[in-house]
Parts: sequence; C-alpha cells; structure tokens
Amino acid sequence: MIEIRWHARGGQGAVTASKILASSVIREGKYAQSNPDYGAERSGAPLRTYNRVSEKPITLHCMVLNPDIVVVVDPTLLKTVPFLEGTDENAILVINTNKTPAEVREKYKIEGRKIYTVDATKIAMEELKRPLMNVPMLGALVKVLGDIVKIETVEEDLKKTFGKKLSENALNANIRALHRAYKEVTAE
Amino acid sequence: MRPELIKEITYVPYSGNMAAAEAMRQINPDVVAAYPITPQTELMQFFADFVANGLVDTEYIPVESEHSAMSACVGAAASGARAMTATAGPGLAYMWEVLGIASGMRLPIVMTVVNRALSAPINIHGDQSDAMGARDQGWIMLFSENAEEQYDNLIQAFKIAEDERTRLPVMVGMDGFVISHSIERVRLLPDKAVEEFIGETKVMYPLLDVENPVTHGPVAMTDSYMEFKRQQREAMMEAYKVIREVGQQFEEAFGKKYEHIETYKIDDADYVLIIIGSTAGTAKFVIDKLREEKGIKVGLIKIRTYRPFPYYDVMDALESSNCKAVGVFDRAETFGAVGGPLYSDVATAMHLRGKLYPIVSFIYGLGGRDTNVHHIEEAIDKVMQKAAGKEVPLINYLNLKE
Repeated sequence: MIEIRWHARGGQGAVTASKILASSVIREGKYAQSNPDYGAERSGAPLRTYNRVSEKPITLHCMVLNPDIVVVVDPTLLKTVPFLEGTDENAILVINTNKTPAEVREKYKIEGRKIYTVDATKIAMEELKRPLMNVPMLGALVKVLGDIVKIETVEEDLKKTFGKKLSENALNANIRALHRAYKEVTAE
Repeated sequence: MRPELIKEITYVPYSGNMAAAEAMRQINPDVVAAYPITPQTELMQFFADFVANGLVDTEYIPVESEHSAMSACVGAAASGARAMTATAGPGLAYMWEVLGIASGMRLPIVMTVVNRALSAPINIHGDQSDAMGARDQGWIMLFSENAEEQYDNLIQAFKIAEDERTRLPVMVGMDGFVISHSIERVRLLPDKAVEEFIGETKVMYPLLDVENPVTHGPVAMTDSYMEFKRQQREAMMEAYKVIREVGQQFEEAFGKKYEHIETYKIDDADYVLIIIGSTAGTAKFVIDKLREEKGIKVGLIKIRTYRPFPYYDVMDALESSNCKAVGVFDRAETFGAVGGPLYSDVATAMHLRGKLYPIVSFIYGLGGRDTNVHHIEEAIDKVMQKAAGKEVPLINYLNLKE
C-alpha cells in the first residue's frame, strides 16, 4: 500500500485530482481511496487531501499520517506548511517548482527522501492559460507511481470527469498538460 | 420504462453517497422526499440527477425540512408506496418526532443516515450521536463499515422492512465524510438482479385501497396504546430473524455474507474490540499489524445490526475466543452514564449470558476526530492492562487533547 498526501490551496483542484487518481487505479482493477480532509474550505487557504493505493483491499479509514509520497501543488506552500511532516528519509516528494530537485533540497534543507520537480505552473499557464496545477501535478505523480496506474487510464478518467463540464478545447488542454508533466517531471 | 444501466457486476470508484444513491436508483422507490443537509446533500443531489434524467420512476419531493421529509414518507408508505429518504446529524434530530410515527404506524420506510455530530458546537463531521439519539424510536438500525456495505445494506433493507413479520422502518448508517465523501472501490450488482432480489412492494393495509377502508394514525388512549408498543417489541424480535434470513438470501444471490455481526480473527483472540462503523476497518489493519509484529492476538466484533441488538451473536463470538478482556468503542456520548450506548448493550449481553468479561470503555471520533492506527494500539494496550488485572480508568477518550 502506498499512502499519498497532497498539499494545495483551495480552488486549485487537488481534491479533484486525488479523486481522479483513485478512480483510475480502481478502474485498473486495483484498490484505492481518496479522502479529502474537509474543513471550512476557502479559496486560497492551504488544504490537504489523501490517497491510498494498493494491490489489495484497503480497510483503513483514518487520515494518512506517514505518507510515502507528498505532492506539493502550490510552490508558495513550501514556505508556509510543514510538508515533510510524518515522512521518513525514504519518502518521495513531488514538487511544483521551477527549480531543480537539487536546488529545492538545498533551499529547504531536505535530508534523504527522493525529490522530483516539475514546473506545473508553467505547464498550466501555457496549456490551460490559468494557474490550475492539479492536472499537471497528477501527470507527474502518475509518472512517479510507475506501474501502479497507466497514464492512458488517467486520461480516460479525465475525459469521464471533465467530458461534460469542459469544452473540447479545454479538455484537450488538460490532457496535454497531463502528458507534458508526465514527461517533464525530473528526479535528482 | 426506465433504462437498464448496469447489466453485469461492475467495480466502480464511488463515495458512500454515490453508492447509496446508486442503490436508490436500482431500488427505484415510488416516493423519495428529502431535505438536503451536509454531508448527505451530495447523496440527494445524485438521486435528483437520476430523477431529472428519467433513470427512475420516483416521485421526488424536495421538502422544506426533515420533519416534512419523514412526514411525506409516512404518508406515501401508508398509501402503499415504497418510500425512501436520507438525512444526517441535526437533520435526523429534527426528524425525531416523525421517526416514532413511522415505526408506530409500522411503515416499511428505508433511510440512509450519514452519521454526523450534533450541535453545539456546530460540526458537520462523522459521529454516531445522531443515530444513537434516535435509538429508541423503533427503527431497525444497520451500520455500514464502508461504501459497498452501505450499498448492500440498502438493497437488503426493503426485504427486511416489508416482511410481514416485521413491518418496521430501517435506517442504514455510514460515517460522515470518512465514508460518505471518500472514494473507494465498490461492487455494483446488475439492475435486474437487484430488482429481482427486492421483488414487488409488499403492501399491507394501504390507505388508497378504497374497497377495504382502514384507519391509519388514530388516537390510542390508555386502554390500547400500550398494546401497540408491545407489538412493536415483538416485531423487532422477529426482525432479528428476518435480518439474518435476508442476509443469507443476499449471500446466496451475490456471494457476500451479511450477519448481525462480523467477526475478524476472533477464534484465537486474547483481546476483543467491539466497534460500529468505519473504524472497524482501521481496527482490522491494526489487528493484522499487532499479530505480525508483536504476536499479540486481538480480534474484532463489528456490529452491523444495532437494533435489534444481537446479544446472542456477540456473546457466542466472545465465548468462541480466548477473550481475557473486551474494549468497547463508542462514537457517541451518554453523559452521566458509564461508557456509551454500545458499552451498555455489551454489558447487558454479558449479564444475560451470566459471563462477565472485563470491559474497557472507549469514546472516540466525536465530531470527526481522527482515530488512527496509534489510537487503536493505545486502546488495545489498555485492554491488555485490564486483562492483566491492572487499574484502568472507567472511561477512556481516544485522541483527546488533554
């Protein structure tokens, strides 16, 4: 079982992205949970949302305490929330930033842990013309997750989730953003 | 003719609310009356979509309050219709007066309760105080651990409610947010199989049968009221059998076992936890972990049927184990009494059997307070201390800031 914690701000779509991830994993015949940490959400306020993914049934119904993977959707949160909380040195960090993993490591004095970075804000601005970094961060996370879920399944789920809500152009932009981040995410 | 959507067993990523709404679509009730209240709002929103898209034949009545929602269900069910609703927390509290009317009139209404805290202070999160507050209103009460169980329990509910031995309303609870709003894998059954399993509405003494006029909801004074209540007790005792029978039929049809309780690794357990709802799932994880890491043998009794309370099942399970002490988990308070409502029921069960195991009472998860692996480990530690004859407080709060 892999436990994931997302850090984002209200309105950035992290809850939706975490639902799409769970949904895609389940569609591949595996098991997953998406549990938002519902509070009094306000646009722009820091929020957390969680995923569990596994080959076996998951019976845990509590918050994720010791995530294997931490996803930081909004780079400004690196300065304001304890994004390393509960992680050990084997944890994986997937961070939206225009910096390299080595630069992030140095700036935030991170020891151990594997750092992946992707400039999801740039991808979002170029493809979606709006700072909606959830879908690109999902693309990066899917790459980091490896064999657990295929990017094609996530694309299908994205079409199911947004197909009726978005114009064809907007949907295609999201799909491009998903694939770009999947390709552009870099490790140390 | 409503369209057939699910033709074979399908595994889907659903929240508890989506699973409950899907069950309602397949049940295709004649009447649904509801008032939206968090965290159940989403459930009714999904169902309203089904109505708008012609996927059900239901007469959908958005009412102005929960009191009215249950009143509309009472009227519909008395007329012979299959009626459903859903509510949560303060919504259930506001329905309270009419809950007793539904059970007193012996109307087989089925309702999802997304279990949540009661005010004050205001809180929308998971908590079973709402259902426990409604405990003595004469409803059959089932609780689900996860979204799939909510779906399965709702599908079984009308067969339980409409059986001529019971004729009682059924509420099916799931924990707010942690189940209602979290996505999990859910097994959906084919539309036709569900329709066949539930069968035609079993109507008794319908108000609209003008050839055979009957009175519903009359006055019963000192000379007759008590006999009605005595009959309700009888019906509830019959429900104990009916729930078991329907669970067996469900297993025969769909291959998944439903009993009054679910036991987990109980046979060789030295310590037993008794829990209702989603935290039973977390406890299963902890039980596996402790057995593997430390060789501590803990077992679980998960209560599915809360009313009628399965005294025999609980005691049979405890006696089949090596139980040295029991930890009872309550997600509701009973101020001024020892333990919570479940504690009292378990103590009664032991008294009835004349077998008194040491019990430790835990109050947990009020207002959505997280109950994680560490808290359950902490509880097990206390149960072990009690078994070893050490002094343990009468009531223990998990994850309380002190």
